[in-house]
Amino acid sequence: MASESELNAGIEDGVRRRDFINIAAVSFAGVGAATVVLPLVNQMNPSADVLALSSTEIDISAIQPGQAIKTSWRKQPVFVRNLVAKEIAEAKAVPLGDLRDPQTIDERTKPGKENWLITLGVCTHLGCVPLGAAEGENRGDFGGYFCPCHGSHYDTAARIRKGPAPTNLVVPPYEFTSDTVVTIG
Amino acid sequence: MSFPWAKQYQPQHPLMQWIDEKLPMPRLVYNAIGAGYPVPRNLNYFWNFGVLAGAALAIQIITGIVLAMHYAANAGVAFNSVEHIMRDVNAGWFIRYAHMNGASMFFIVVYLHIFRGLYYGSYKAPREMVWLLGVVIFLLMMATAFMGYVLPWGQMSFWGAQVITGFFSAIPVVGEPVREWLLGGFVPDNATLNRFFSLHYLLPFVILGVVILHIWALHIPGSSNPTGIEVKDEQDTVPFHPYYTAKDGFGLGIFLLIFVALTFFSPNMLGHADNYIPANSLSTPAHIVPEWYFLPFYAILKAFTFNFLWIDAKLWGVIAMFASIALLFFLPWLDSSPIKSSTYRPMYRIFFWILVFDVLLLGWCGMQPAEQPWVILSQLGAIYYFAHFLVIIPIVSRIERPLPMPNSITEAVLAKHATDTSSASATA
Ligand code: HEM
Ligand code: FES
Repeated sequence: MASESELNAGIEDGVRRRDFINIAAVSFAGVGAATVVLPLVNQMNPSADVLALSSTEIDISAIQPGQAIKTSWRKQPVFVRNLVAKEIAEAKAVPLGDLRDPQTIDERTKPGKENWLITLGVCTHLGCVPLGAAEGENRGDFGGYFCPCHGSHYDTAARIRKGPAPTNLVVPPYEFTSDTVVTIG
Repeated sequence: MSFPWAKQYQPQHPLMQWIDEKLPMPRLVYNAIGAGYPVPRNLNYFWNFGVLAGAALAIQIITGIVLAMHYAANAGVAFNSVEHIMRDVNAGWFIRYAHMNGASMFFIVVYLHIFRGLYYGSYKAPREMVWLLGVVIFLLMMATAFMGYVLPWGQMSFWGAQVITGFFSAIPVVGEPVREWLLGGFVPDNATLNRFFSLHYLLPFVILGVVILHIWALHIPGSSNPTGIEVKDEQDTVPFHPYYTAKDGFGLGIFLLIFVALTFFSPNMLGHADNYIPANSLSTPAHIVPEWYFLPFYAILKAFTFNFLWIDAKLWGVIAMFASIALLFFLPWLDSSPIKSSTYRPMYRIFFWILVFDVLLLGWCGMQPAEQPWVILSQLGAIYYFAHFLVIIPIVSRIERPLPMPNSITEAVLAKHATDTSSASATA
């Protein structure tokens, strides 16, 4: 065993060779541990098959004005509504300043197709499916959708108007493939 | 650990002496729950609930391991596998109902245990660590019960998972990715069910570990007692065995009677009928409510229906709900009164009972639809809940004048004994 003075020999700044080896070894072990944690955390993220972006085609020809249907995309419910002129006018009449998440109905529909309101049927509060897509369901105080879970009211453009939800119902990415077919995703 | 007058473990049998030298496990048990552990002589029945919680944990672990032998954690078959347990597995209905109602009994017992602590000031020095570990156990229990409730993959399971993981989406910026990370998808699905089963199996054993720490921390100062006066000498205590093994055994008998009555005569009373409908990701049940033991916290969540300052309603609700539990971690330092027991705290005692009423009111509101008057009642209830801990307790503990206190546990016991006998002779 080397004595204390031997170990310190030739070292002016007070840092011993041992200190360096110690820090290097512990740092290296730390980096190693962090590298192992990464895949352990990442395995919880959506797997490849879940992520595989599916797209859904919807035939909208049978949806009469004033009606809505409920379908699904990536296992999430989707509402497709054929708005009547009165509902569009109601949505346009609201000053943007009154909205929690200001968006016009034009921003939420496709040009020339503003009667087609396509949104996810997922309440932006905690994710329940709001009512109002099926005939006779409660459509809330603003005539759009109503989420009974904690009382969020959406208007005719599916914008949040009252209750705890922070944002409007999400408009998913979609295209009109023809006049009667919509492809979501 | 323990008092100087604690009895020493003296194994008589050579085999026990041999074991004691190699692995002093029997000695540990003797000193923890045997004759070697002196306990205040005046504990009342509210001191039974710790042992009852331990019994409830043991029942959950045993029935859970048996259920896991028949259950299949796959979104396609989970619901049917639970029905298979109910209809086909020998005594399967009994095991499942015992596990289901065992969870409720566990929470009833733990809530009484917590409120006992609040009434008798058990959270105060020198038992802060016992209290902190208790709050950790409570949080772990909530996580375990939530994930267990998802396993049967009924409508309430599915929508409970959707709503509760939705809490995390309230976190600014990273919220949605965190939620997808927890679920392993965009909606609760097979990945979610599998990981919840894995964690639901794991967490009870983590709880068991924390329970051991909880008792370890408790045994350093020893149990408190209904007077809140610390043990001074030997005449203040009796050995745990046989005195409290007997008292706890009696309490355990009553607990089991209530438990079996619930399990056999009304097994679905505390559950929700919608959970016997298979999960449907396209339709939320008309009225979703969590299990009864989460209702007060759910009411606090629902109380926030408006944006306030720069934080939106959704985030407020989630922050308030987590804060209502996290608050308990600070209680030992919010209450600066050196007097523990409510018996000698005339003001605190009144506010204690108002808090009990407030929590029951919140629980009631949690059950109701998001309409008036329930919304305003939850708002008032939530405000009061926070005011109790953050305003009322700090003020009361400074201005209150405690009642005169006896000098020791023994003096309190003998004084009570004297009034009992004199009133008995007066009526005779
Ligand atoms: C802290 C202790 C525990 C609590 C609070 C708890 C709670 C719950 C709850 C509330 C349910 C849903 C009951 C239903 O609606 O059917 C459940 C289900 C289940 N638990 Fe536990 N549990 C605990 C420990 C365990 C353990 C240790 C295991 C296994 C090792 C386990 C395995 C299961 C299984 C397989 C199910 C699904 C079957 C069913 O729905 O009946 N549990 N648990
Ligand atoms: S999930 Fe819709 S209001 Fe809460």
